[in-house]
Amino acid sequence: MNPLVEFRAVQYRAGGREILRGIDFSVEENETVALLGRSGSGKTTLLKMVNRLLEPSGGEVWFGGQRVGDRDPIQLRRRIGYVIQEGGLFPHRTVAQNVGLVPELEGWAEEKIRARVNDLLEAVGLAPDVYAGRYPKQLSGGEKQRVGIARALAADPPLLLLDEPFAALDPVTRFGMQQHFARLRRDLGKTALFVTHDIREALILGTRIALLRDGRLETIARAEEFARSASEEAQTFLATLGDSMDQPHAAT
Amino acid sequence: MPLHEIFVLTLEHVWLVAIAVVVATAIAAPAAVLLTRHAQLRRWTLGVANVVQTIPSLALFGFLLPIPFIGGVGKRTAIIALILYALLPILRNTVVGILGVDRDVRESALAMGMTEGQILTQVELPLALPTILAGIRIATVTTIGTATIAAAIGGGGLGTFVFRGIAMADTNTILAGAVPAALMAITADEVLEWVERRFSW
Repeated sequence: MNPLVEFRAVQYRAGGREILRGIDFSVEENETVALLGRSGSGKTTLLKMVNRLLEPSGGEVWFGGQRVGDRDPIQLRRRIGYVIQEGGLFPHRTVAQNVGLVPELEGWAEEKIRARVNDLLEAVGLAPDVYAGRYPKQLSGGEKQRVGIARALAADPPLLLLDEPFAALDPVTRFGMQQHFARLRRDLGKTALFVTHDIREALILGTRIALLRDGRLETIARAEEFARSASEEAQTFLATLGDSMDQPHAAT
Repeated sequence: MPLHEIFVLTLEHVWLVAIAVVVATAIAAPAAVLLTRHAQLRRWTLGVANVVQTIPSLALFGFLLPIPFIGGVGKRTAIIALILYALLPILRNTVVGILGVDRDVRESALAMGMTEGQILTQVELPLALPTILAGIRIATVTTIGTATIAAAIGGGGLGTFVFRGIAMADTNTILAGAVPAALMAITADEVLEWVERRFSW
């Protein structure tokens, strides 16, 4: 097992408040770890430390065998895909220009960028000849999210960070996107760390689930073992699934 | 009054306004970028600029007269006063435009590995451009009006007719200044609004 990301005793304080206290765990290559927790549990804060959008107040974050604090943040960020709700797309740029952003920053040849953009749009299920020239405001929520994922994948980074990527979508679109993303991630062999407050999503997408509570790592377990966790917070989250998920075949 | 004189004073008016707006933009736009990076400085500067804006224009021209180097009767004093007036709308709109860029857009620009300079030139300024252009439009239209008063301190322009007309109690002479100034303001407003629309995404 090769850890791609490691959190070592990570702490974060802001405004006299302890946001994160002593977070220790690692993300192995080719797995998807779901960071699950309520609002304010510190999960987004932890995510942003991997690509240095935030710096830890204590402890260290490692990526690919190096301390992120020792790496140039600009170069580091171009090696890590980042996806947020609604994609955070540039409204003044077309879909193709949005997806080609990091390759463009990296100075790829125009022809190579175009080919890459077309491949990625295909991969996320958007026909390039229809979508390449559109602007974000001409897209639905689900389409924006697909473009956001394609953009994050553009420079072929080994790691994807996703912050509540599907939270703004309607349930049907969300389910489709989750399935599509799971398949895409597996096919491309990417490692992913994603933040969610939705236990269902954590169970569908996560190889492992890391549960945060008030800035502490309450438990980390493989998705199939999560239900057996003794953690009170884990049980609270599991309870939100309701009967329909507890006995999926009860009716048959 | 001969048509020829109306033409000359109109050109002079355009020239006064153009210099004032161009210089004000050159000062205000970079200053605004700086202000978006310093919250403390921003409050102070916008506060001071607001105060300048509230000084009645005739009084401001009066205040500037005795100041060495920049004061005195003539075009220079007039232009300096017009620049001071044009600064605020451009400054404020540029600040508002840049700070108004969606947080998610800014954050994803940073997360994609753009440098601060790239974020400014490729994301913030293009997205703020319609707001900045609106500030320039407001500054231009107000300056066209204020510039007529500049004639009081020897600034020239269409205000020359207005003040002459007042002195002679001659409505036609006043109108010879007021009508072209009003047409100029309306035209500038329309043209700049068209430019603004062209640059909105």
